[in-house]
Amino acid sequence: MIVKANVIVRLKPAVHDPQGEAIRHALEQLELHQVSGVRQGKFFELTLDVDSKEEAEKLARDIAERVLSNPVLEVFRVEVKS
Amino acid sequence: MNAELLEAHNLTRAEYEAIVAKIGREPNENELGLFSVMWSEHCSYKSSRVHLKRLPTRGPRVLQGPGENAGVVDIGHNLAAVFKVESHNHPSFIEPFQGAATGVGGIIRDIFTMGARPLALMNSLRFGPLETPKNRSILSGVVAGIASYGNSMGIPTVGGEVVFEDCYNLNPLVNAFCLGIAPRDRIFLAKAEGEGNPVFYLGAKTGKDGIHGATMASAEFDEAAEEKRPTVQVGDPFLEKLLLEACLELMATDAIVAIQDMGAAGLTCSTCEMGARGGLGIEIELDRVPQREAGMTPYEILLSESQERMLLVAQAGREAEVEAIFEKWDLEASAIGRVTSDGLLRVLSGSKTVAEVPARSLADEGPVYERPMERPAYLDAVRPVKLSDLVEPSDLDDTLARLLGSHTLASKHWIFEQYDHMVRSNTIVLPGSDAGVIRIKGTPMALAMCLDGNGRYAHFDPYLGGAAAVAESCRNLAAVGATPIGATNCLNFGNPEKPEIMWQFSRAVDGIRDACERFGVPITGGNVSFYNETEGEGIYPTPVVGVVGLLEDATTRLTHHFKSSGDLIFLLGETTEEIGASEYLKTVHGRVDGQPPRLDLEAEASLHALVRAAAARRLLRSAHDLSDGGLGVAVAESLFGLLGETMGASLALETPGRADGVLFSETQSRILVSVPRASADAFQALGDDHGVPLSRVGVTGGDELEIRVNGVRAISKKVNDLREIWWTAIEKELRS
Amino acid sequence: MPRFAVCVFPGSNCEEDVQYALRNVLGEPTDLVWHKDRSLDGYDAAILPGGFAHGDYLRPGAIARFSPIMDAVREMAEAGKPVIGICNGFQMLQEAGLLPGAMLRNRTLTYICRYLYLRAEQGDSPLTVTLNQGELVRIPIGHADGNFYADDETLDRLEREGRIVFRYVSDDGELDEASNPNGAARHIAGLRNERGNVVGLMPHPDRCYEPALGTDDGRKLFESLIAWTKETA
Repeated sequence: MIVKANVIVRLKPAVHDPQGEAIRHALEQLELHQVSGVRQGKFFELTLDVDSKEEAEKLARDIAERVLSNPVLEVFRVEVKS
Repeated sequence: MNAELLEAHNLTRAEYEAIVAKIGREPNENELGLFSVMWSEHCSYKSSRVHLKRLPTRGPRVLQGPGENAGVVDIGHNLAAVFKVESHNHPSFIEPFQGAATGVGGIIRDIFTMGARPLALMNSLRFGPLETPKNRSILSGVVAGIASYGNSMGIPTVGGEVVFEDCYNLNPLVNAFCLGIAPRDRIFLAKAEGEGNPVFYLGAKTGKDGIHGATMASAEFDEAAEEKRPTVQVGDPFLEKLLLEACLELMATDAIVAIQDMGAAGLTCSTCEMGARGGLGIEIELDRVPQREAGMTPYEILLSESQERMLLVAQAGREAEVEAIFEKWDLEASAIGRVTSDGLLRVLSGSKTVAEVPARSLADEGPVYERPMERPAYLDAVRPVKLSDLVEPSDLDDTLARLLGSHTLASKHWIFEQYDHMVRSNTIVLPGSDAGVIRIKGTPMALAMCLDGNGRYAHFDPYLGGAAAVAESCRNLAAVGATPIGATNCLNFGNPEKPEIMWQFSRAVDGIRDACERFGVPITGGNVSFYNETEGEGIYPTPVVGVVGLLEDATTRLTHHFKSSGDLIFLLGETTEEIGASEYLKTVHGRVDGQPPRLDLEAEASLHALVRAAAARRLLRSAHDLSDGGLGVAVAESLFGLLGETMGASLALETPGRADGVLFSETQSRILVSVPRASADAFQALGDDHGVPLSRVGVTGGDELEIRVNGVRAISKKVNDLREIWWTAIEKELRS
Repeated sequence: MPRFAVCVFPGSNCEEDVQYALRNVLGEPTDLVWHKDRSLDGYDAAILPGGFAHGDYLRPGAIARFSPIMDAVREMAEAGKPVIGICNGFQMLQEAGLLPGAMLRNRTLTYICRYLYLRAEQGDSPLTVTLNQGELVRIPIGHADGNFYADDETLDRLEREGRIVFRYVSDDGELDEASNPNGAARHIAGLRNERGNVVGLMPHPDRCYEPALGTDDGRKLFESLIAWTKETA
């Protein structure tokens, strides 16, 4: 069966995010003063040919850990679509 | 065939009737699409051809002139330089990053499709004033886009220019130049040969990007331009790098007959042009074309401007070699058709023929217009500006500082440090001097290159603007010690359907012609960009010329800055009071008007010959051309080295006129040099031999710039203070 | 006579510069090895060059680390032979876990091509063995992602163990912000592994190996590498 899994990769809280900061600054220039923080991350949509949702989840986690994220900098979350 | 459909395709009724006459019937919608792109201004040059014919295109070194993907010039040692400049103005207006990036991608492909490894890039950029936030974001986007593409491909960006002027406010100009080197006897042309030879499609899959990009480039802009947003292509420099390496490997075999990149008008243009050049036909099957999206129609496939694609004709029987090389690089190489002998471009979808027209009718038989020309009335009011009509500044230190801090004159390091200018370890003159210079490993030679134009001069005197662009470029080459061997032009103008614009164009072409003929520099190819107008407001006529020069001995090259304390400073050429259309007039007096400085081609030619000869004999320590900002700015620039070093100078000038006149007039045909004392006599004798007026104006040394005019101190500033203003001006504006 | 391998990945740009410096200028046998090869037998040192392997897609070096040749690179590293990563090469070594930390986008958010001063922090590495401790060299950077990051614990450990090989400094050898335009933590421009044979360096000695190019300080680093390799071959 074809299952789609989303992987969201974010910087660890301790890691400085200059791009996110630049975006926050730009929003401030647009008078959006309520925005106190912006962190930029990555979103991946994996289209997987598997036998079960559980297999999809496991496969997606493995891919996220080995390839899509750098454990020095990033953490990830996997969401399998029902 | 209704008026709406014709308008959507940017074809006139007369053009439509010409199509019907050529093919003997009404075109179907696919064929209408083919003609709409091939007969667009951008692809057919219908408004400019009659004028471009006047340009000198031949010379003893020319191996390939205009008409192919790029020009080719013999440089000796069995090598050839392959180069061209192209515009990507309209896409950069719509989407600055991708527009500029894909412009760079396109010109790079034009070079390697001829069999040359691209070795250097330059770009000429024009924006509205940086005080306007929109222009800042366009500048940032364009620079980032150029950087992302060129850097990724590992091709150094070694020079160019950046100019700020009101008229480019909603019409930024992005002209991209690329130069490569190929073995002299292995130049590849885009000319189909051999009936039955297979036609291969190489590179990225075809998607729906940029459909009608070519026609968009030919239509003036208005609010509806916002709706055209989806038509900008997204570049993939990584894919193009793979394509480059794979093509160069393939070209080392003899399995290829012809090759062409797919640029404007994509598959359509490459197929019909290759066929037409060879007097043959090409048949392709759309089902074999790799596609990025499902359900693309023939129209979409034919007109797509997806980037990073090439078309090649291989020798029948050598298909496996082509496929093997492409597989090594993990690239697609699909056989999509064959060469035929019937001269037709035949397009099949399944078993249906969805388009079938003579290749020549598309590629060579587009309309040629002799558009009406009329001298613009505003030129009647152009007069020399009299200095006596202007208040003389009381503080010339402040005047100089203001000029050095004005954005067109200030240091562009914020920009060029975003470009990798060192990759390939050939760059022997770092950015910031008068020309980019790259060495050619394995030979004693170097190639110098320069990209120049002055839209303001051209506005007030189109003929002069064309000639001065060539003169300035050649002067810059002389200042690094190089001899010009070939040129390429990028002609940026407004709407050619307006007689005044067409007149400007024609005159600019004449100016370029006369200067090129006098300096012995053939035009080997180039680009015309019309319709640079938004809501009726157009740019200045802006002819930009890229000239390539040769240094037989790379070690004789010069840079612009003073290097050694106690050297003598000479000014070559004569200064007259000419501040019309100058930076000084604009920045300090708030005026943009007046007759630009005259150009004497003879004086200019003698000047170049002198400096080249002096460089070859190693008589000079530095040479710097004078242009925008005149002598005062040129002297200041000469104090600033390329790696942060500085050197002061002390000058004494004599003039019958005012101090601001001698300091800031933009009189043509002048170069400032520094000479070690031991060489001064020999240099002066050489100057006499060449009939170039030269005067000793000062000496290098110290940490200040002091300039006396008629014995009175006019400029007295610490070099570091001047440098600080010049170095930080653009970044300050961007952060404000 | 030791032989040098320069690994070439799809998108590498600087392999010929490294080869030219080692072979044409310094006379050492140096081959280009394609990333799909699986062996570095017969080579005494490996260099991973700069460029944009796989377009820097996903993260710089993130895809290149899975190339077949990387197994051989790892074996060389484990055998104690010199393995050098320059710029993109440094990023590949980090992604492969052979060197610590990761590279973030430059502080300026732009690509920076500029000559900088580096201070040799310790002499015990393939690139600094013939330099004096504290010696300044002027070598250009050319990258968009040179902002070295590691957590504080790792940074402290690197300092304690003397594994920082080069720092970005001012022209008089001081640490200041203006001389560290990419924002690298602790001004780290280059560092080595625990064993000392694997070095990553963001600046490009392959762009300044002859005076015609600007400075020739890069040559000193290559000479150091050659000396080290001859000792350990």
